Amino acid sequence: MADNFFPKSVQQFDQLYNKIEKKSYTDQKIQEIKNIAWDYFLSTGLPLHRRGNEEWKYTNLNPISEINFNLNQSNSDIKEINKLIPISSDWQNIIFIDGKISNQNFISNKEIIISKIDSINLPDEFATLAKPDSSPFTALNTAFFSEGILIEIPDNVIVQKDLNITFVNSNFSKNLITFPRVFLKCGENSELKLIENYINLSNSVNLTLPVLEIVQSKNSRIEHFRVQIENPYSFNIASTRILQKSNSNFFSTSFSTGAKIGRNDIHVLFDAPEAECGLYGLYISNGDQQQDSEISTTHSKPNCTSKQYYKGILSGNSKAVFSGKILVDKDAQQSDADQKDLNLLLSRNSEVYTKPSLEIYADDVTCAHGATAGNIDMDTLFYLQSRGLDLETAKVILIKGFAEEMINRFKPKDLRNYISNFIDDLIPVLRDQSDTIGTF
Amino acid sequence: MLEIKNLHSSVTDDSNIKILNGVNLSISPGEVHVIMGPNGSGKSTLANLLMGRPDYEITEGEIKFDNKLINELPTDKRSHLGMFLAFQYPVEVPGVRPWQFLKASLDSKYEALDQEKISVREFNKIFEKNVEEVGIKSDLIKRSLNEGFSGGEKKRNEILQLKILKPKLAIMDETDSGLDIDALKVVSEGINSMRSEERSFLIVTHYQRLLNYVKPDFVHVLIGGEIVKSGRSELALEIENSGYKSYIT
Repeated sequence: MADNFFPKSVQQFDQLYNKIEKKSYTDQKIQEIKNIAWDYFLSTGLPLHRRGNEEWKYTNLNPISEINFNLNQSNSDIKEINKLIPISSDWQNIIFIDGKISNQNFISNKEIIISKIDSINLPDEFATLAKPDSSPFTALNTAFFSEGILIEIPDNVIVQKDLNITFVNSNFSKNLITFPRVFLKCGENSELKLIENYINLSNSVNLTLPVLEIVQSKNSRIEHFRVQIENPYSFNIASTRILQKSNSNFFSTSFSTGAKIGRNDIHVLFDAPEAECGLYGLYISNGDQQQDSEISTTHSKPNCTSKQYYKGILSGNSKAVFSGKILVDKDAQQSDADQKDLNLLLSRNSEVYTKPSLEIYADDVTCAHGATAGNIDMDTLFYLQSRGLDLETAKVILIKGFAEEMINRFKPKDLRNYISNFIDDLIPVLRDQSDTIGTF
Repeated sequence: MLEIKNLHSSVTDDSNIKILNGVNLSISPGEVHVIMGPNGSGKSTLANLLMGRPDYEITEGEIKFDNKLINELPTDKRSHLGMFLAFQYPVEVPGVRPWQFLKASLDSKYEALDQEKISVREFNKIFEKNVEEVGIKSDLIKRSLNEGFSGGEKKRNEILQLKILKPKLAIMDETDSGLDIDALKVVSEGINSMRSEERSFLIVTHYQRLLNYVKPDFVHVLIGGEIVKSGRSELALEIENSGYKSYIT
C-alpha cells in the first residue's frame, strides 16, 4: 500500500514509539501483539489517502498528521476534575486523567474483577476482536497502550452498580495523545450496565484513540452507554468490537458531539445463534466538526436480531457520515436486521453522507433500512405557533424533541440528566449557526 | 369578535394562485358559524389564514379580532389573543409529550397576558380531568404528541387542547372528517360543552353530519373563494339534499 505511506505521519509516531518501547511491557505475549500492530502501522501509516478508500472517503485526517502530539501526562487534581464530568455515587467509577488511571484501587469483588491488562491473566480473546493489524488506529492503540484494563464479570452475576469508565483530557493536557484500552468479558447469565465517557477540559488539540473489546458469553446482557464530549479542536477515533454468544443481548447508545473529528466505529459479531443487539446513537455537530458513525453487524449464525438506529442534528458547516453495514452470512438463516438513520439539517452548509450497505448471502432473512435528511417541518412549526409558542421556542422544542428519543435511551439517570442539560445548552449554539429554519 | 372584510389571498409561491376572492364574515361572541363548500373552494385556506399561516398571503382586505387589525400579526400572538385552530391534519411531534406541549402552551399564554403561570400540580389536575372527558387512553397520552395516533385519536387530542386552552374563537378545520361515529360524538360533545356566551366557533366542514350534533347559528356556503350564500341551520340540510350545484355559476 505504497499510496498510503506518508512518511511525515509515520515519522511522528515512530519518534513517540521509540520513547515508550519495551519500558512498560515485559509480558512476552503482549509484546508480540504490540509488534504485529507496530509493523502493520509502519506499513500503512494514517489513512490520509481517501480516493478509493471507502472507509475514509469522507474523512480528512490531514489535520492529525500536522500536529506534533506527545505522550506526557500532567498531574491534575481528581477532586477538581470530578466536579466537571458526569459522575455519580450510584456508579462504580474508574477515571483516567490524561491517559493515567487516577484511582489505583481497582474495584474487585464477587461481582466484578478489574485488573491491568499486563497481568498474567491475559484472556485468549484479547486483541482477537480488535486485531492489531485490522486498521491503522487500532494498530496505534495496540502498539502504544500502557494502562489498559481487564474487566471480568463471573458467571451468573448481575452487577448491581453501573460501571463507569471515564477518560478525561484535563485542562493541563497539551497536544496529548492517549490510547484508552478496555477488555471486557461477561460470563454466562451475567448482566452489566457499562458507561464509557470521553470528556475534554482543555483548549488544546488532543488525540484520543480508544479500543474497547467485549466478549459476551451465552445468556449475558450488556447495556452500554457512550458519551463523547471532546473539545471542538480534538480528535477521537474509537473502535468498539463485540462478540456475542448465543442468547446474549447487547444494547449500546452513543451520544457524540465533541471533537473536530469524532469517529464511533462499532462492530458486532454474532458468533452463535439467537443473539440480539441494538445499536443506537445521537450525533450533534456544528461549526466545522465532523461526526462519523461506522456501524456494522455481522450475522454469521442463524436466528439473530440486530437493530441500528441513529439520529443526527447538524448545523453550521459541519458534516456527518453514517455508514451502516449489515452482513448476513450464508448460514445465518432467519436473521432479522433493521437499520435507520434520520438527520435534521439546520443549515445549508451542513452535510450528511449516509450510506447503508447490506450484504446478504442467506435467503431467509428480514432486512430493512431507511435514511432521511431534512429540515424542521414548517407544518409542525405552524402547529406549535398556533398554540401560542413563539417561533424561537417552537424551534427549540422541536430540536430537543428530535433528540429526546435517544436521550431517553440513556438509562442511568444521572447520565441522562447530564446529556439532557448539555443538549439544552447546545441548542442555542446550533440555532446561531442555523440559516434554514423559520424562514418560510 | 371576528370581522372579516373583503378578504383576498393567494399562495406565496411562484404560482400566485388566488384562493379567496373577497370574503366577508362577521362573528359575534357566543355564535357558532359553519362554513361549507366543495373541495377546493377555499375553506381550509380561510381557516389557516385566520390563524396566520405564513405561506398564504393576504392581498387585499382585513381581518379584525376584538376590533384589532391582525392581518400582520404572527400566529402565536393570535393564539394569545384567544384564537385557536383545530387542524384538519394534526401533525406528529416526535419527542414532545402532550402534557409538556400543553403546559408550555398555557405558560406562553399567561406570560403574554402578564399573568402568573399555573403550577404543575394545578395543571396536572386540569390535564387529567380533560384527558378523561375526551376519552384519550392513558398510555397514548404518555407518547409523543400525535405520534402513532389514529385519525380519531388525533382529533380527540385537538378537542383536549381546545378544552384546556379555552380560546375565545375556535376555528375547527374539518375536525369531523375521517371520524367514526364514536369519535364524532366526542368531538361534538367537546364543542357543545365549550359553547358559551363569550366563546364563538367557526366550523369548516364538508358534511352536514356534524351538524346533527352541533346546532349552528349561521351557515355559509363558500364557493370559488367567496361566500355565495348565508343562512340559518336549515341551509345545511338544503345543501345535503341538493348539493352545491345550484350555487356554482
